[in-house]
Amino acid sequence: MINNSLLVVVIASGVAYGTPLLYAALGELLAERSGVLNLGVEGMMLVGAVTGFWTVQRVHTNSGIALALAILVAAIFGALMASIHAFLVITLRASQIVSGLALTIFAGAAGLSSYLGNDLNLGDNPARHSFGALFPASWQHWSVVGPILFSQNVLVYLSWLCVIAIWFYLSRTRQGLNLRAVGESPAAADAMGINVTRYRYVHVLVGGAFAGVGGATFTLAITPQWVDGITGGAGWIAIALVIFAFWRPELCLVGAYFFGALQALPSQLQAREIHVGPTELYNALPYLMTIVVLTLVSSGGARRRLGAPGALGLPYVREET
Amino acid sequence: MLALERRLKQPRWLSFAVPIAAIAFSFALMALVLVATGHSPGTTYRRIWESAFTANGALTQTIVSATPLAFTGLAAAVAFRMNLFNIGGEGQLYFGSIFAAYAGIFLGRQGWPTATVIGAMVLAGMAGGTVLALVPGVLRAVFSTNEIITSLMLNYAAGYLLNYLIFDSHSYIRDATSPSAAVFPQGQMLPDSGSWPAWNLHLTSGGLFLPLGFVLAIAAAAVLWVLYNRTRFGFEVQVIGDSTRAARYAGMRTRRKILAVMAISGAVAGLGGASQDGDFRHLVDARGLQQSYYGYTGIVVAALARYNPFAVVLVAVLIGGLDNAGYTLQGADFPSGLVGVMKGIILFSALGAEVLIRYRVRFGRPHAEPAA
Repeated sequence: MINNSLLVVVIASGVAYGTPLLYAALGELLAERSGVLNLGVEGMMLVGAVTGFWTVQRVHTNSGIALALAILVAAIFGALMASIHAFLVITLRASQIVSGLALTIFAGAAGLSSYLGNDLNLGDNPARHSFGALFPASWQHWSVVGPILFSQNVLVYLSWLCVIAIWFYLSRTRQGLNLRAVGESPAAADAMGINVTRYRYVHVLVGGAFAGVGGATFTLAITPQWVDGITGGAGWIAIALVIFAFWRPELCLVGAYFFGALQALPSQLQAREIHVGPTELYNALPYLMTIVVLTLVSSGGARRRLGAPGALGLPYVREET
Repeated sequence: MLALERRLKQPRWLSFAVPIAAIAFSFALMALVLVATGHSPGTTYRRIWESAFTANGALTQTIVSATPLAFTGLAAAVAFRMNLFNIGGEGQLYFGSIFAAYAGIFLGRQGWPTATVIGAMVLAGMAGGTVLALVPGVLRAVFSTNEIITSLMLNYAAGYLLNYLIFDSHSYIRDATSPSAAVFPQGQMLPDSGSWPAWNLHLTSGGLFLPLGFVLAIAAAAVLWVLYNRTRFGFEVQVIGDSTRAARYAGMRTRRKILAVMAISGAVAGLGGASQDGDFRHLVDARGLQQSYYGYTGIVVAALARYNPFAVVLVAVLIGGLDNAGYTLQGADFPSGLVGVMKGIILFSALGAEVLIRYRVRFGRPHAEPAA
């Protein structure tokens, strides 16, 4: 049966595991395109994961509404976390690196997410509602496309819409072009009358919302339960993914599924008793490949052509640049 | 409207007053969080204070938590002074631990005397950190690849190497013989000659032990202070940090400085890893190291200390105290994430307060600074 072949299984689980990476990376992409590097992705994801999970456990309503509400709550809390970073680095001009790391310490596996999970007693029970496959079981048996395309949950299909929307936004709308100007050269954007501060705030906050949804993907779809640090470093892979995808949403999708497949591959190989290199090598590959890609594109000209925002990581102060 | 104006002069007292005010502010803010979640701030703070500093043996445990943070903090401070953002202290510490364990186990088995084994572990740890730090260093110096991302990515690659060596291979530093290792894989115990000394200062009733690693961290702080404040090298590094262009016009060799500073930064972080093996864990503790986030916490320690080496050691003791209190108090009535939340709030306050040192905050429309 072709649907049990290694390739199909790995691609199908690559799509599933890649989805939280995709959401988080799309969010980070928006923030970075505005010139703000946010290393707090892991923390924002975990807070989204715990608050989304809390919502399905505590809200007594039908499954669809509870899940929609949970995604909304996760997005709001992700944005709330991002607003701390935004205030510190945009208004108070703190170091983006230090502030982002502080956000991960504050919100991450040994911080707020763990505190909330503990205080709200979320640890012991499976999720009351979770995202299941959207399409009927008969469709999932179709060869190849069944498992890969039709056995996924609604968050996966929603992420495709997000990719299209962000692609359209960045390349076909005035606001999107303004955003790119803000990330590329805030002084020039300011001179054009674009409100740099507002653009940066909006995109860092929306970025946080995406990270929150990415985190909730874990607790509501992939492993519907809460344990401390459930994202297991996905936030860091998402940061790598943005670079790997040259700051482009459509490549984020490809990269997310590729990195997701790399995560799924070792256990599949083990199940089939195929021994090709240690598991850790597959786990480390996303990081190593990002270094290689970043090095290949880091000569000045290539960087600009490929889309690295010119002002990434720099605070903007009118009259000081 | 809130407006910021750059201060022409930064009054000296501000750089002490502002961080202290920030810490006071964060404790007040944290009290609100505690009240909101139904905990008593007074009791919680008293328990943290006791189990971090005043209880029997608490200060010794705090020094244990502070030692790795002092190393990773110094590693970050050295590089950040030059605007070289080495956030790979985490991975460089793992490499230091791995290299030092190879050296300690190998030489210990050869029957070398304690002093030489310890010396070799120190050097091996520094070498390990340097090797990993030079990857982003060389990439930055040769291809101008962004070192923030490359050093960050290498932390995870190094973490998986650690897992491979301890959990998934027959490496030299993995314990293959003891009965407990058959149940759960672990690092090979270092021989006795690889165990670093600690000195009892008899300052508190339970004794206050200073481990060799902490002494080395203070020594490293002193060396780095001299290097940055009293040598031509340190001066040039700071000029490059302030303005690469000015440095180039003055004929300073930026590439060599990048490599040198990355190497020093990695060596200090690697020494922290060696100290983990020699002082505290006595084996390569793959899981423990990765759950501790020493490298990332070190960066914020460095930022809190405003990249001053001696202040780094002091801040490391404070944050180490919080960490230690977190371990000691962990239980039903003391939520596990509380310490992380507190650390985060302190960091955010201190980062936000930086602005008060560099800028004058005005409410209303900004107006021109009178001529000085």
